[in-house]
Amino acid sequence: MTAQDTLQRTHLYNEHVALNARMVSFGGWEMPLQYEGILAEYTHTRKAVTVFDTSHMGEFVIEGGCLESGLDRIVSMRIADMPLQSCRYGMMLNEEGGVMDDLIVFREDAEKWFIVVNGATTPKDARHFRGHLKQSHVFKDISSEIGKIDVQGPRSREILAALVPEIKKLSYYTFDRFNLLGETVRISRTGYTGELGYEIYSSADTVIPIWRELLKNAGVKPAGLGARDILRLEAGYSLYGHELDESITPLEAGLQRFVDLTKDFIGKGAFLKQQKEGAQKTLVGIISHDRRSPRQNQKLYGETGEEIGHVTSGTFSPFCQRGIGVGFVQKNHSQHGQKVLFGEGRHQGVMTGKTFYKNDSLKN
Amino acid sequence: MEVVDYYLYTKEHEWVSIENNVATVGVTDYAQEALGDITFVELPAVDAEVEQFEEFATLESVKAASDIFSPISGKVIEVNTLLESEPGILNKSPYERGWIAKIEISDSDEASNLMTAEEYRKFLESAG
Repeated sequence: MTAQDTLQRTHLYNEHVALNARMVSFGGWEMPLQYEGILAEYTHTRKAVTVFDTSHMGEFVIEGGCLESGLDRIVSMRIADMPLQSCRYGMMLNEEGGVMDDLIVFREDAEKWFIVVNGATTPKDARHFRGHLKQSHVFKDISSEIGKIDVQGPRSREILAALVPEIKKLSYYTFDRFNLLGETVRISRTGYTGELGYEIYSSADTVIPIWRELLKNAGVKPAGLGARDILRLEAGYSLYGHELDESITPLEAGLQRFVDLTKDFIGKGAFLKQQKEGAQKTLVGIISHDRRSPRQNQKLYGETGEEIGHVTSGTFSPFCQRGIGVGFVQKNHSQHGQKVLFGEGRHQGVMTGKTFYKNDSLKN
Repeated sequence: MEVVDYYLYTKEHEWVSIENNVATVGVTDYAQEALGDITFVELPAVDAEVEQFEEFATLESVKAASDIFSPISGKVIEVNTLLESEPGILNKSPYERGWIAKIEISDSDEASNLMTAEEYRKFLESAG
């Protein structure tokens, strides 16, 4: 048996093959890297609208009050005050304060929660939830029953509203249930591209008809992981396994605004300790002087040649027309505007914030 | 996958077209397809001496950076500076507008170390 045989496939696998996608291994899943080409798919997302298969991601349902169920202690952000049909981004931490995963909590009802986690971490996350939720409350890992499609880009509202007119009411980080092709599906106004966009959570059976229906519109193109990685890097979003993992804390990753210190949560002690002592490393953006890109795992050097950190993700940015990246550097070397060297110290860039691209339509 | 009949090829997927002791060098259609969208080309310096099968240029695509090896020894006499501003030409036209450098050949016998188009086609098939 080859490694290929052990990869999981989403319900849309045959659709990708039919569209001549180049398939790659990603976090234990066989996923489309690209269809037409990474840059073309990137551009279509920024200028029009694309669809992504994100069915590899995990979904959990929890029934119970946020405090009584134990859910509140598992996630880092405040959820007790979430309005119904709203979404909130945050993390789950281990006792040492490391990030076990980043996730989005949906409040379906006063005592019903829908949680979206990363694909590669789903089994680990499910074990963590089961281990820390109180027995009397219901936890279900429904990942295998759910198909998920992201519709992203400035034309996403118009395209999706042609099938579900009611989605126009959704503001940023809210969701609801809608009728789509005769089935009730969850649609949230969320995404991973920095553009106006939606995510559709349907049954595994309906995900293929929805995918086909969306692509019937000649203005809609499929986009793969390659375009998604550039889009999320430009927008300043972290990728679990790159900018986040169990050895990285929210303070180091610059995600402390998604940590609520007014409540109790797993990892709070470690978080407070690090906050008091100060984090030793911090995540910064890097913008290259030219079209050459920083690449994952390259070392970063300061102006005088001393090693100061490493690159966690890098790519060519079509928006900046330069190479961009993010990486961890020692705290005393993290000043924005400071020169940084990468690629065996031969290439120059400047340290910046993590966000390279902002579009106001995302939240309007 | 396009292979031009009268060019010569390397196992690293570079092509060379020889005319009057000048070799025009680039990467093949297979190479550009495998690399994906090319976003940066580091050209050799004009007048640089290059050795056969030694690194002489770098390509970066949206996926990775790759070294390019010179198919033949000699002196670089011209480089395709268009690639610096429009590296995507390498994807669109790998055998014509996407040429990388022209090299004045120092040892024409080295051409016998390269594959013919027919041999390169078989090489691509066997590589699967």
